[in-house]
Amino acid sequence: MEIFFQQVVSGLATGGIYGSVALALVMIYQATDVVNYAQGEMAMFSTYLAWTLLNAGVPYWWAFFGTLVISFVGGVLIERVVIRPVENKPILTIVIVCIGLLVILNSVAGWIYSYIQKPFPSPFPPRPIMLGTVVFGAHDLGAIGVTLVVLAFLYAFFRFTTLGLAMRAAAQNPVSSRLCGIRVGWMLAIGWGLAAMVGAVAGMMVAPIVFLDPNMMAGILIYAFASATLGGFTSPGGAVVGGLIVGVIENLVGTYVHFIGTELKLTVALAMILIVLVFKPSGLFGRAAVHRV
Amino acid sequence: MTARAGALGLAAALAVALALPFVVSNFRLFQFTQVGVYAIALLGLNVLTGYNGQISLGHGAFYALGAYTTAILIDHWNVPYPLTIIAAGVLCLVAGFLFGIPALRLEGLYLALATFALALAIPQILKYFEHWTGGSQGIVLSKPAPPWGMKASPDQWLYYFTLAVLVILFVLARNLLAGRTGRAIVAIRDNPIAAQAMGVNTALYKSLTFGVSAAYTGVAGALSAIVIAFVAPDAFNVFLSITFLTGIVIGGLASISGAIFGALFIQFVPNWAQDISKAAPWAIYGVFLIGFMYVMPFGIAGALRRVAARAARRGTAARA
Amino acid sequence: MVLLEARGLEAQYGWTKVLHGIDFAVEEGGITTILGANGAGKTTTLRAVCGMVRTAGEIRFAGQRINGRATEDLVRLGIGHAPEGRGTFVNLTVEENLRLGAYARGGGRSVAQDLERVYGYFPMLAQRKKQPGGTLSGGEQQMLAVARALMLRPRLLLLDEPSLGLAPLVVREIFRIVRTINRDERVSVLLVEQNASVALGLAQHAYLMETGRVVMSGPAAELRQNDAIRRAYLGY
Repeated sequence: MEIFFQQVVSGLATGGIYGSVALALVMIYQATDVVNYAQGEMAMFSTYLAWTLLNAGVPYWWAFFGTLVISFVGGVLIERVVIRPVENKPILTIVIVCIGLLVILNSVAGWIYSYIQKPFPSPFPPRPIMLGTVVFGAHDLGAIGVTLVVLAFLYAFFRFTTLGLAMRAAAQNPVSSRLCGIRVGWMLAIGWGLAAMVGAVAGMMVAPIVFLDPNMMAGILIYAFASATLGGFTSPGGAVVGGLIVGVIENLVGTYVHFIGTELKLTVALAMILIVLVFKPSGLFGRAAVHRV
Repeated sequence: MTARAGALGLAAALAVALALPFVVSNFRLFQFTQVGVYAIALLGLNVLTGYNGQISLGHGAFYALGAYTTAILIDHWNVPYPLTIIAAGVLCLVAGFLFGIPALRLEGLYLALATFALALAIPQILKYFEHWTGGSQGIVLSKPAPPWGMKASPDQWLYYFTLAVLVILFVLARNLLAGRTGRAIVAIRDNPIAAQAMGVNTALYKSLTFGVSAAYTGVAGALSAIVIAFVAPDAFNVFLSITFLTGIVIGGLASISGAIFGALFIQFVPNWAQDISKAAPWAIYGVFLIGFMYVMPFGIAGALRRVAARAARRGTAARA
Repeated sequence: MVLLEARGLEAQYGWTKVLHGIDFAVEEGGITTILGANGAGKTTTLRAVCGMVRTAGEIRFAGQRINGRATEDLVRLGIGHAPEGRGTFVNLTVEENLRLGAYARGGGRSVAQDLERVYGYFPMLAQRKKQPGGTLSGGEQQMLAVARALMLRPRLLLLDEPSLGLAPLVVREIFRIVRTINRDERVSVLLVEQNASVALGLAQHAYLMETGRVVMSGPAAELRQNDAIRRAYLGY
């Protein structure tokens, strides 16, 4: 029974990370109808930037928040400089640009930092924490906490601030937004900045577990797709919940179903994607797209 | 005017293609054969995604299916390779059609995700059925000798063989797309509800298109197995499917010539990137991708079409 | 004083030219209407004023040339636009819709005051404050569109076919409110309408457009008497 709780908590921790990346994907998708395939690599690159700061002797939480700021600015710049020239072009054109970005980030990271795995520190103590009779890893609990804080911040931002309202408006109805004086282009850019920030948090929380290397986020991106599919690409909250479910299922299946080793774990994620798509394509919380004829 | 220019261009291209084996080295010839193979695969994907609007991130799966069909038929039962190509085509036609049926319920992003999941699963499935597929080691074949005692190297023979298959398949595709079927397929892409209201059986056409598209890509896979003389699961990973998608967007969606341009791009640009930078070749490739999309957002064929249209407009204006 | 003036205004969508050089003017404090059948180019005219289509020729607002400027900037000059199709943010609440109308002006207490004022003109919106915009009826959404434009405290209000698809009673109510706003707050109005009789009852000056050209113009009272207009547009 104790193993069950441990696996659930561990699953929630990784699930929170999947959910965060899924949230970043959904945020950009809702505003632009484009899935940012480079989201994982952006997060990976941010984590390397954090590593550089830490290596230069910057204390952890300064490096953490510094990376968030740099990632935000980076996300804004990427949208304004790289994506903007193809903003109004067919979707597949933008997809190819995102793929190009993915490939560039991965390659440059490998070139600057090499492909050798590096350890990445966790801000949480290595001592396990006892809750009742069950032992939990401090990092697992800490990662869940950090994820919740980030989500709370984003929720409050979008719900209660004028800028957040303007961003929601720009994502839903760019034409009417312009008539309200909203600079839609910059709203998109800020959206990318926030998504990059969320990705950076995910990267910094997962790096202590899987070690830092340029291909670190590839598998996580796939789990993020599974999470967003499960939760619904039209629902930010759903994407996060989807992530938690995927994380927990992944862990429980890995522990209790013995013929599924690490290789087939990925197949579990794929199976989830396909099952959801067959029965309810819009996901658990998503709204089915209604097309006016 | 543009139709004549098009025909001249085609004749010139064909002439160049026929002369190639006498001009380039064996290795280059092998690369161009690969271009031919990719072109067939890209045409298949383009029929589905460009003309019919169904996005597939999983065509590597059909490529793999075609390749392994050929490899297994040759390795286990010594089937003559031309027959294996036909078998691969038929098998993929059926497989594509069957996959197209549940795919009917999925649109845009969701179809892309489903096909993406399929592409991801392929290497693992291939490794799992070890007895047939040879597992991670794959299957080794031998390059066929030119038939009828021809005095050509195997590479030269394979080049012409691929070229012949390519020409046949491209002509077939052109006839298909230029006629009623083609118009129905495009109508479904542009406005499925209107198409249905006009009596087009969208479900049937969409599944058939999936089947035909898979068949083309499967034939390409079969050819690739023969040309490379080796199949292994890791060559058919999700990256292959993404490369195919890249190829049709760069070459030009909804364009037959686009398949050739795209094939040239995906075969040669990675090599150029490596020549430019040994340290970060994929970064250069990425820059090429982004650059192409800035300059030619509708692909190479799209850009050529616009140039031709502008010239035609100027021509009519001058004559008016 | 002339608030909005167009001279030789042309507009096109892609390669298709829709406006072939039109002239019109809106007096400060006045109500001007542009009439015409479907496809005459009336909506395009409003879009041209707001910088939403490619234009050639000249548009001046309060003496300044505004061609080619972005919509977001023109809004900040004080041009409010209740667009064709209402343009409601369907997933946002009524109050959120209204707050967005004031976005260009910055925030603070004045927004709260403006909300009160606007609820005063449109009490039915106050009742539905927290409801998503998409759940409102056609008439209510039209009122929401006008109210949202008012939150800007515009100098010029552009109304695109406000009567479209609405019951006559609702149309009369909306036009009564527009008249009040024009009188009490000195908001100039450029009204584009297919419903000529209602429009001519409200406006002082009128233009008639056909396939991208102005074919008639003059005081509204005159156009009302005009035989050709009576037969073609007023139905008797």
